[in-house]
Amino acid sequence: MATPTLPSENPAVLQGDSSAGAVVFDNVALAFEENVVLDGVSFHLPRGETKALFGVAGSGKSTILKLTLGLLKPDSGRIFLLGEEVTRMSEQELFDLRRRVGIVFQESALFDSLKVRENVAFRLMEEHLSEEVIEERVREVLRFVELERTYDMFPSELSGGMRRRVAIARAIITQPEVLLYDSPTGGLDPVTSNTIVELIVKQRDVYKTSALLVTHRLQDAFTMATHQFDKNSNQMIKLPKGQRSEVPMSFVLLRDGKIIFDGDARELAASRDPYIREYIS
Amino acid sequence: MALELELISPFEVAKDAVLAIQDYAVLAMQSLGNFFRRPRYWGDMLQQADLIGVGSLPIVVLSGLAIGALLALNSASTLQRFGGITLIGQLVSNSMVTELGPLITGLMVSGRNASGMASELGSMIVTEQIDAMRALGTDPSKKLVTPRVAATVFMLFFLTIIADLLGLFGGYAVASLMFGLDSRQYWSNAWQTLVFRDVFMGLVKPVLFGFIIATIGCYYGMSTRGGTQGVGRSTTQAVVTSSVLILVVDFFVTKLIFALLGYR
Repeated sequence: MATPTLPSENPAVLQGDSSAGAVVFDNVALAFEENVVLDGVSFHLPRGETKALFGVAGSGKSTILKLTLGLLKPDSGRIFLLGEEVTRMSEQELFDLRRRVGIVFQESALFDSLKVRENVAFRLMEEHLSEEVIEERVREVLRFVELERTYDMFPSELSGGMRRRVAIARAIITQPEVLLYDSPTGGLDPVTSNTIVELIVKQRDVYKTSALLVTHRLQDAFTMATHQFDKNSNQMIKLPKGQRSEVPMSFVLLRDGKIIFDGDARELAASRDPYIREYIS
Repeated sequence: MALELELISPFEVAKDAVLAIQDYAVLAMQSLGNFFRRPRYWGDMLQQADLIGVGSLPIVVLSGLAIGALLALNSASTLQRFGGITLIGQLVSNSMVTELGPLITGLMVSGRNASGMASELGSMIVTEQIDAMRALGTDPSKKLVTPRVAATVFMLFFLTIIADLLGLFGGYAVASLMFGLDSRQYWSNAWQTLVFRDVFMGLVKPVLFGFIIATIGCYYGMSTRGGTQGVGRSTTQAVVTSSVLILVVDFFVTKLIFALLGYR
């Protein structure tokens, strides 16, 4: 098994250089009453990298995303997001920081009383941009997720996969520095899942966005680790074995609130840990 | 199926109650404090004013007319016995402006809008829309709570005035059509009986009731837990709590204004 470098062992973090990564968790613990969700979790997401978080249901993967954004507060430990210590910030200070981050919720969490256009444009409308700029940006980002035709539709008129893609469009419209995906392919058919995986890879390779990806689907993460987005052909292409180490993709496996693996696809596949072997088989 | 009952200690119940009051106080204070902080959502306030004010107009018009008419009808027989039927305008005017107008309008708007706010915000909580809003860098307290509080306070003030006027018209219709009272006599009596204290009391109450309706509706909505069942629970609790609070506050405000400005 690969031995993860914990942020507390990372000289940059120890010296207080919190700009060491896009997201840094340092010995984070959280419990809901008697139920321990995270117990001393530490990891480091470098800028431009996508890190996939795995674990059985209830292992705290989605909680990590909420903690990253400051939607939840940990009981102990420190969390850095884009160099800012989230755990020390007030809710009001966090609103500014959150504008630099995009999140795709598990059930999309689109505003059901707003049309697709208004959902996607939510941030732009909050910034009081002109109608023309908003329309142009919304159409551009809906084209990116191949859903321009849904511009005037309500979320209730969309399928699950379409809602997920609209949620991605809403998350990326301001070109955030970090993206958080909570099971973006969960419960979807293989074709739609593949479309979403391709969108995530496109965002990673074209815009170099750092991302934390919660997923139950190991095959999605392996696809991301073995493919790269080709701008010329506008599609995801499989890389030959020798070039796969260049893909900025890593894996974290959670078990009982602790990280039991933090490394790349090759290290994960080579792991001899019985639990990991069973998990990836 | 065996039914398992879990005993809850009184200490836990008391602690939960104190925490709930604290959370409510924070939400209520924030809703006021947001008026002095940017951004301010004027568009949302207007939209809520339309939903709450214009949407509640039919129910307020009907209940105002009905209460005025019923008040005149019920009191007429007693007044007639003492030969005081001419005082009907005075009685309707006083009761509507100081008490029944604000109270009935408050209870009607509470039933319609406290429940609406609790269910709307509650649904947003259980579908993670509130979390999504926070994640998008928008303060739900500013975007959702403050516009509802401002709109309810503002619109309830005017809805109460409309209910008062329609109550007077309802009373007039009964007094004139059923008891043959002269129109001039009814209106001059109704007008002359009102003093500053009555009008002041009648206009202070809707401001307080509007604040109670909106903050209670939003509080129960924002503290919803437990899926669709939780939304239903929040909706019911919002209506019950806001109605009871309106009645309690009404009593104390009436007492306070009488103490400050003198009894009749």
